[in-house]
Amino acid sequence: MTLELALIAAAALFCVGLYGALSQQVVVMVMMGLELMLNGVILAAAAFWWFLAPAPDGQVLLLVVIAAMTVEMAMGFAVAILLHRSRQTDMTEMASDLAG
Amino acid sequence: MPEAILFVVLAVIAVAAGVAVFRTDSMARASYALAVSFVAVGLMLLQFRLEYIGVITVLMMVMEMAVMAIFMIMFMGMNPALMPMDMVHSKKLSAGSAIGLFLLLTAGILLADWPESRGPAGGDLTASLGEAIMEPKMLVMLVISPVLFATLVSALVLANPRGRYSTYPLVPVEDADDDGQGKGQDHSGDSAGHAAHSAHGMDHGAGNSDGHGQHHGGGGHQ
Repeated sequence: MTLELALIAAAALFCVGLYGALSQQVVVMVMMGLELMLNGVILAAAAFWWFLAPAPDGQVLLLVVIAAMTVEMAMGFAVAILLHRSRQTDMTEMASDLAG
Repeated sequence: MPEAILFVVLAVIAVAAGVAVFRTDSMARASYALAVSFVAVGLMLLQFRLEYIGVITVLMMVMEMAVMAIFMIMFMGMNPALMPMDMVHSKKLSAGSAIGLFLLLTAGILLADWPESRGPAGGDLTASLGEAIMEPKMLVMLVISPVLFATLVSALVLANPRGRYSTYPLVPVEDADDDGQGKGQDHSGDSAGHAAHSAHGMDHGAGNSDGHGQHHGGGGHQ
């Protein structure tokens, strides 16, 4: 168990999530990609904390990331409901009004 | 050594489950795969002696995936476990971006000169986290709490059928009469009356063209 191994696993999770966030058309699946990216961030932060500076304060950063994940889920579901109600769809293509 | 093997196994499970999220042909299986990935990461956090963070990650994410499965059933209007789906766009660009970033990150991880550890973690880490939250890092929690509250309010406003961006009529005509009269009496200035007039006209103009706008505007001028 080394720092490099943990960070590579975290990078893999982040990149798989990035693929999902970029490629998926359904809003909920895009949210899943974002969740996976934050999952990788949590693992990387935990690895940094454990291997480099295991001070108690460092755990607070993980709580912040988890709170960010919660906010993302709540707002994502709310926007998905709004999109579904107003346009009868759950696809990102139907919400590209602001695309350049 | 057994710890290292367990860590590698959990890492492989987490990544494989993450890949399965976007490879499986049903949304229900995708949400279960994501839950497995989160559980594996939660167990890895436990290996780092982050008991509190690891347990809340597992509990929160398992519940979240259950909610997500419910949303999928609601939105798709079908049994997602029985309905194969492949709804992607820019597949090659997305895969290329993800692989390129992974190679870049891996190169950085392997080539970086990481600093020496400041020593192993000691004591009761959960208790020390609680002390950190209540003492030196209280400001962080004080910032997070209004953010979470604002998230709750925003989510309710967006999800509410009578929210600001709803396309439905906001209130029935009879209720609009009562409500509008009260508004008009409350406003004393000309500008307030005009504002009430125009706002009301915007809200109900489509289905309510029988002179309500004038009525409320007059109330505003009183």
